[in-house]
Amino acid sequence: MSILQGSELECVRGDRRLFKGVNFSLDAGELLQVHGANGSGKTSLLRMLCGLATPAQGQILWRGTDIHSLKGDYYSEITYLGHLSGVKDDLTAIENLRISSALSGAEIDTEKAHGALRQMGLGGRESLPAKVLSQGQRRRVALSRLLVCGTTLWILDEPLAALDVAAVKLMQSLLEQHLNQGGMVVMTTHQEIDIAAVSTHRLQLN
Amino acid sequence: MAINWFKYSSPASFYVLAGKMIPLFSIAATILFAVGLYIGFFVAPTDFQQGEAYRIIFIHVPAAWMSMFLYVMMAVWAGIGLAFNTRLSSMMATAIAPTGAMFTFLALWTGAIWGKPMWGTWWVWDARLTSELILLFLYIGFMSLQAAIDDPRRADKAGAVIALVGVVNIPIIYFSVKWWNTLHQGATVSVTSSPKMAATMLTGMLIMSIACWMYAIAVILIRTQTIILERERHTSWVSELKGVSS
Amino acid sequence: MSLWVIQRDLLLAMRRRSDVLTTLFFFIIVVSLFPLGVGPEMNMLRTMAPGVVWVAALLASMLSLGRMFSSDYLDGTLEQMLISPQSLSMLVLGKAMAHWLVTGVPLVLMSPVLGIQYDLSTDALLILTASLLLGTPVLSLIGAIGAALTLGLRGGGVLVSLLVLPLYIPVLIFGAGAVEASTAGLGAGAHLSLLGAFLLASLVLSPWATAVSLRISME
Repeated sequence: MSILQGSELECVRGDRRLFKGVNFSLDAGELLQVHGANGSGKTSLLRMLCGLATPAQGQILWRGTDIHSLKGDYYSEITYLGHLSGVKDDLTAIENLRISSALSGAEIDTEKAHGALRQMGLGGRESLPAKVLSQGQRRRVALSRLLVCGTTLWILDEPLAALDVAAVKLMQSLLEQHLNQGGMVVMTTHQEIDIAAVSTHRLQLN
Repeated sequence: MAINWFKYSSPASFYVLAGKMIPLFSIAATILFAVGLYIGFFVAPTDFQQGEAYRIIFIHVPAAWMSMFLYVMMAVWAGIGLAFNTRLSSMMATAIAPTGAMFTFLALWTGAIWGKPMWGTWWVWDARLTSELILLFLYIGFMSLQAAIDDPRRADKAGAVIALVGVVNIPIIYFSVKWWNTLHQGATVSVTSSPKMAATMLTGMLIMSIACWMYAIAVILIRTQTIILERERHTSWVSELKGVSS
Repeated sequence: MSLWVIQRDLLLAMRRRSDVLTTLFFFIIVVSLFPLGVGPEMNMLRTMAPGVVWVAALLASMLSLGRMFSSDYLDGTLEQMLISPQSLSMLVLGKAMAHWLVTGVPLVLMSPVLGIQYDLSTDALLILTASLLLGTPVLSLIGAIGAALTLGLRGGGVLVSLLVLPLYIPVLIFGAGAVEASTAGLGAGAHLSLLGAFLLASLVLSPWATAVSLRISME
């Protein structure tokens, strides 16, 4: 049995069925790339994986148990970055990072937060309010959480959107490192990206 | 009834069952209303204190009872829908709300008509009238919330939360209004001290109450049928249904 | 614990001070409008004062409910809260408390000044402030349920008033009643104890109901 397993998942939005009979399984060190046109239900699938949405049919198992009965035990093992980055305009980069880490149950000190932001190429901008940062920089603030979270499963919705070439490279090595250490990644992306993993699964939705 | 409804918990079979039950309840309601109104207007004696005006209670009291029962029923069905994720019970709750609000409004309206000859004013801030008014607000809140939400499943669940919160609050609201009322009005006006009722009055009122129940059930079933059709319009059984009827 | 949520919301409020002040000024203006509407007769104003201040507090607290979750909803923080390993009820409790600190406490502090406008005695002013101190957190806690249910809905602001104002009625009755009872020489103890009981009950029940509502609204 795989660590993460989805079986016969069905998603219904209003009157429309987005997808049906979706199956996948994922083990340590593996990457799952979700493909599909706009509106094919990629984000809905990721939200289901986070337990934010309930599938109309089917279930998602984490180490053999339904994620809806695991709740907190499951949440402490995942990190989700959605379309909305959860970056507050009125807070500085470092406040944003420290607060979003505290929210996911891992409080970090200023030093660690500084280190993560510097690694994401935001050195010198730690104390600027997020509203003066560019879209790409705000995205980097959100992504810097991956450096400090220490969770097993990363669920990333278009993590490369708005990033420049250098940042994409950075993300690539970050993901590879995570997978090498036995982590797991589920992500959607429109960009082609080569990530070395034990095995890469592709899931096509339409 | 509840047992039957469990057996018929799929919307499709409930639709058929409801279709059979609606005529029965409608006929029962019509007959009972006729009998109840006859007793109320012609058989029951004139009240020596209140004269003929008291006859409004044959509508007023059953309506007030219904308004409260229906709110609790609505909350129970909505709660079952929330807890067990049963679509049909949530649809029932949605179907009950307008009828409950209608009875609440009727109770307020007839109360005002009754109040004019009794107290010389259309409205008094009596504890019961005030609570009834707040109950109307709760019904309106429930219906507006459901109307504002496009996704039916979210509407069901959100409605259930507000209905349950309302049910928890109704006793608190009632007792606070009662206390407020005694503090402010003393014993000048009181509806509680009703004179002893003649047996025919009581019979009339009971028959009217049962008639209201029959009417409520019939209307709620019709409305549930409509909701089922609307929500299940893309399923095969509904399109087959249309094929039969057209 | 939910302490850091309170801290964060206070920090955000400090950076957007105008939002806090708007609510407070709304409260002051509404209370000051009543004498203009009913006339400056002091005896009447004195009897009206507790009711007017309390109704204004209800409205002010309700108007600011929209802000409780909406910015977190729009920027995705709320999603993160729902999948946080920390208990969502505790986070919600923190947010409701922060809402009270930002909107409720200024009203409580301002109320004696407004009471003076209505020529209340010192005792009555004291009871009025005490009743607001006990009652306004209840408003934030109950309001959180309404704010969570109407999240992201069109016309959410008006809708939330339909949902929560009827639920505010007991607080209004005993809050205003406390002052009236004390001026009538009956003592406000019973009223204040009941307000305290409401506070305890809503502290236990409301975060839980709000958490359920948030999950419903975010699905």
